[in-house]
Amino acid sequence: MKQSVIAPSGAPHVCATNLPAQAGLGLKSQHYQAILASLPAVGFFEIHAENYMVAGGPFHHYLGQIRQHYPLSLHGVGLSIGGAEPLDRDHLQRLATLLERYEPAAFSEHLAWSSHGPNYLNDLLPVAYDEPTLARVCEHIDHTQTVLKRRMLLENPATYVEFTASSLSEAAFIHDVVQRTGCGLLLDVNNLYISCINHQRDVQAYLNELPLHAVEQIHLAGFAEDRDSSGARLLIDSHGAPVDDAVWQLYAELIARLGPLPTLIERDNDVPPLDHLLAEAHMAERVLARSTAR
Amino acid sequence: MSVQAEFEHALLSDELITPSGLHTYNGSDPAARFAVYRNNVLSSLINALTDTFPVVQQLVGEAFFRAMAAVYVKANPPSSCLLVHYGSDFPLFIETFEPAATLPYLADMARLEALRVQAYHAADAEPVAHEVLAGALGDSERLGDLRFQLHACVHLLTSAFGVRSLWAAHQGELAIEQVDLGTAEHCLVLRQHLDVLVIGIDADSAGFIGRLLNGQTFADAARSCAPDFDLGAALALLISHDAITALSYRATP
Repeated sequence: MKQSVIAPSGAPHVCATNLPAQAGLGLKSQHYQAILASLPAVGFFEIHAENYMVAGGPFHHYLGQIRQHYPLSLHGVGLSIGGAEPLDRDHLQRLATLLERYEPAAFSEHLAWSSHGPNYLNDLLPVAYDEPTLARVCEHIDHTQTVLKRRMLLENPATYVEFTASSLSEAAFIHDVVQRTGCGLLLDVNNLYISCINHQRDVQAYLNELPLHAVEQIHLAGFAEDRDSSGARLLIDSHGAPVDDAVWQLYAELIARLGPLPTLIERDNDVPPLDHLLAEAHMAERVLARSTAR
Repeated sequence: MSVQAEFEHALLSDELITPSGLHTYNGSDPAARFAVYRNNVLSSLINALTDTFPVVQQLVGEAFFRAMAAVYVKANPPSSCLLVHYGSDFPLFIETFEPAATLPYLADMARLEALRVQAYHAADAEPVAHEVLAGALGDSERLGDLRFQLHACVHLLTSAFGVRSLWAAHQGELAIEQVDLGTAEHCLVLRQHLDVLVIGIDADSAGFIGRLLNGQTFADAARSCAPDFDLGAALALLISHDAITALSYRATP
């Protein structure tokens, strides 16, 4: 398998992912057997890295078999790249071990933090978009790319609050991170939509400010809907519902603009039967096919 | 306090604190929006416990379980992002959780369920081939020094209560009328192929297997058993479940 290399900023664009520009699914343990029995026509599967940091047993048994049939995307949720403290070296080493074992076509993590001191909070918590945070996030991404010997993709967050300390827009912050570290972008269209609604951002202005050339993978998921104290819409990244029409619309516009990209259907809560997710993957495939035919 | 320290404190606090320095575009109260994070953290960690301890939840009901788990989560947030091991001391917490005191067997049920998760994810290992094992057992000269390495998935649980039967009843393997909660039970928890099994065993078998797990030689482990102990049956139980993964010999002085 082709090995990705770290691209210093300004160097010719080297893809962080060898994933095919097709629709993929998040791999859920309740679907292992159905997948192996039917080998559905999806472009790739994505796993949460932390779920496979176990010694042995069924998770590795099934993943090993599924890996023989599909490209894999490794998606981390626990590295805490936005954390105030240095990265957990043991965790980076565990990621390196997984990458070596399963040779995924892509590795991605979040612009968020989840650990503080000895505690892991199990959520993707927001960061202030200011210069000290920018420097820290870039340092953490450099560290990650050096230890893992590959470029990573950084995912844009879904957030519910903003910080008075922020001096940059979210898109400008991400732009600077990509420029300084050479990492790629995992554009989560659901997160993009959620954050634009929650903070009344103009989605086109946001996209125009993003380094769209660096987008190498797409995530699509569903959200839950709430209201803030003034009655305004507050969308919550639940991963527990089908992809919303507004997100499909935004996705179609993006693919028309950027061309076909590896696209993941994410569902982590209230996981439906495999067929339901395959139907959503098929919808993404139709959007991708329209773009290819253009 | 740093921003992240303030966040963490507010996320895990019993009081509804909102960190300073938050902003909303429409001037709405940041507290309502921050509550989304608090809810995500608490509910996702409670859900992680629900995944590991489903029978404990069935025994106390969802509302009680989630309330008990919320107290645990706030006092014992995970120390690692590997959530599969989260809740390893939840049984100990249950033991001292006053409102659950009327269910004295609840902590042992939690122990059983935690062992099942450990067995599920334990390192893989091939069993020793039957002919190798037969050869070692037939080698009378060295038999006294023979040691069995048991599979990493093998665990024992001894409870003063009938938790093995109660667990089986919750799997539909046993009628609830057949459960005698007042009788002590021993069980062997292990993974064979891809399935985790909970096997009821007698006290002597539990003692014998426990001594093997502690690294005693086969001969020493067998010596402490009652005269009528069926050693052959205990050994057959381990062999038939692929539980012996290596042989070694005690160095003779």
